[in-house]
Amino acid sequence: MTDEELAISVSGLRKSYADNVAVAGVDLAVRRGEVFALLGPNGAGKTTTVEILEGFRQRDAGDVTVLGVDPAKADQDWRRRVGIVLQGTGEFDELKVGEVVRHFARFYPNPADPDEVIARVGLTEKAGSRTHTLSGGQKRRLDVALGIVNQPELLFLDEPTTGFDPAARREFWELIRQLSHTGTTILLTTHYLDEAEALADRVGVIAHGAMIAVSTPAELGGRHLATATVSWRDENGTRTEETDRPTEAVQRLAASFGGEVPELTVTRPTLEDVYLKMIGETGEQP
Amino acid sequence: MSLNLALAQGGIEFKQFVRTRESLVFTLLFPVMLMFIFGSIFGNIIITPPGEIPQVTLSQYFVTGMIASGIMATGFQNLAITIPIERDRGVLKRYRGTPMPKWVFFAGKILCVAALALISIVMLLAVAVAFYDIHLPDTGQKWFTFFWVSVLGLISCTLCGIAFSGVAKTGRAGPAVVTPIALILQFTSGVFFEYKDLPHWMQQFAALFPLKWMCQGLRSVFLPESFASQEVAGSYELPRVALVLAAWCVGGLILCLLGFRWTTKREG
Repeated sequence: MTDEELAISVSGLRKSYADNVAVAGVDLAVRRGEVFALLGPNGAGKTTTVEILEGFRQRDAGDVTVLGVDPAKADQDWRRRVGIVLQGTGEFDELKVGEVVRHFARFYPNPADPDEVIARVGLTEKAGSRTHTLSGGQKRRLDVALGIVNQPELLFLDEPTTGFDPAARREFWELIRQLSHTGTTILLTTHYLDEAEALADRVGVIAHGAMIAVSTPAELGGRHLATATVSWRDENGTRTEETDRPTEAVQRLAASFGGEVPELTVTRPTLEDVYLKMIGETGEQP
Repeated sequence: MSLNLALAQGGIEFKQFVRTRESLVFTLLFPVMLMFIFGSIFGNIIITPPGEIPQVTLSQYFVTGMIASGIMATGFQNLAITIPIERDRGVLKRYRGTPMPKWVFFAGKILCVAALALISIVMLLAVAVAFYDIHLPDTGQKWFTFFWVSVLGLISCTLCGIAFSGVAKTGRAGPAVVTPIALILQFTSGVFFEYKDLPHWMQQFAALFPLKWMCQGLRSVFLPESFASQEVAGSYELPRVALVLAAWCVGGLILCLLGFRWTTKREG
């Protein structure tokens, strides 16, 4: 893969704070147009890694290229091409939603139409409200509006849906999918495995400051190769069977029951199961 | 383009300020309240030597100091308190993630402070003229002195305020760190008491900082020419006022470049 095809390229990234090694040799390659999710327990080094990529922190060692530029030397041109949604919300309290978005649009040469951005994040009804009156989820959507008002090539989303209710999370996913469809590269960190599965083309798992796995959500940790669990109910209660060939097992059951199998389910390990197993093996608390 | 951006940034800062009731009260109304309270306490105590005409009252002396204090409040206290809060909230970090040139952020703060200082001066002056027998300058010369003392004073206080915003580690610590400094300077610089009556060491201390010189410069504008004989140096020392304030503008800029932080210590 050439550098032009990579939005983010990281090798041997290291960062320590005083006595604490936060990032101990992370490698990462994110293709242009890709949605890449970084997973990992709190304190694993996710945010430090992302903030180095965003040009907020200096690294101790390693090579980092983001949109062809070393973010440690980020200039205004580079900042125009990148959108950032930080973990914490920077609040503007007494300003109105529309005022904040319009003001941030001024920082860029080719901004999106502020009203349209506000509509995309679903805040049109709140455009005239002061930001301190917004709910947690609405504040987060304002953060995203400010992150995409410059029509970025690359968007960083650091735990964007923490504190959302399920419906708000689904709406938010839809917004991210739309952005991805228009070709925006997205680097997402999240604690929600279903979020990574719903949005990401690929996921990377960080633990103890190192990348322990990179894969598609379906194949992470050999998940697609794992045995399936077939479960059903008969006169003795709930029965389960671990098998590599679940279809065969279901056919056999159907034949023996002569039709419908009571309470039949076929499951494979969820992304969460695989992830927790991985994290567990490195001795970290999930 | 960038200049427009700086104006827009100043506009946003100003909007945010005037919509925040706490800062309006603390920064703009508090000096007016103090002027009323102390002005009423001091009343018509005459501080010129017996028989000297024109007479000067302690209230007149005090309100000139209060105008200087108002300038300090909008520049120094205001910024040294609000910037750490914005830093805590991540507002500064967010600006830093945009291509906005850094100087635009500072220009926005300075423009906002300049507008607030103008409002503060007009309010304090209106009260002083209405209640405490202060007259607006009657010569172009005095207006000019009024102008440069205010501008140099405001610039030095603003830069020191930005620099000092690095001292408070959290937004909550801001007022606790800044308020005592402002009060000590007011007590030692001849705002609440006549400067010439203060102990020598206290005078020496206050002379190191801008407020004493701002007060002195404003006395030359609003108090009679003859009252200069009551100054420690026997004159209003305007050249020295200009020199000290200009030096603080330069020093403030250096401190500002050294002391300002976009992120909290925790965030590295």
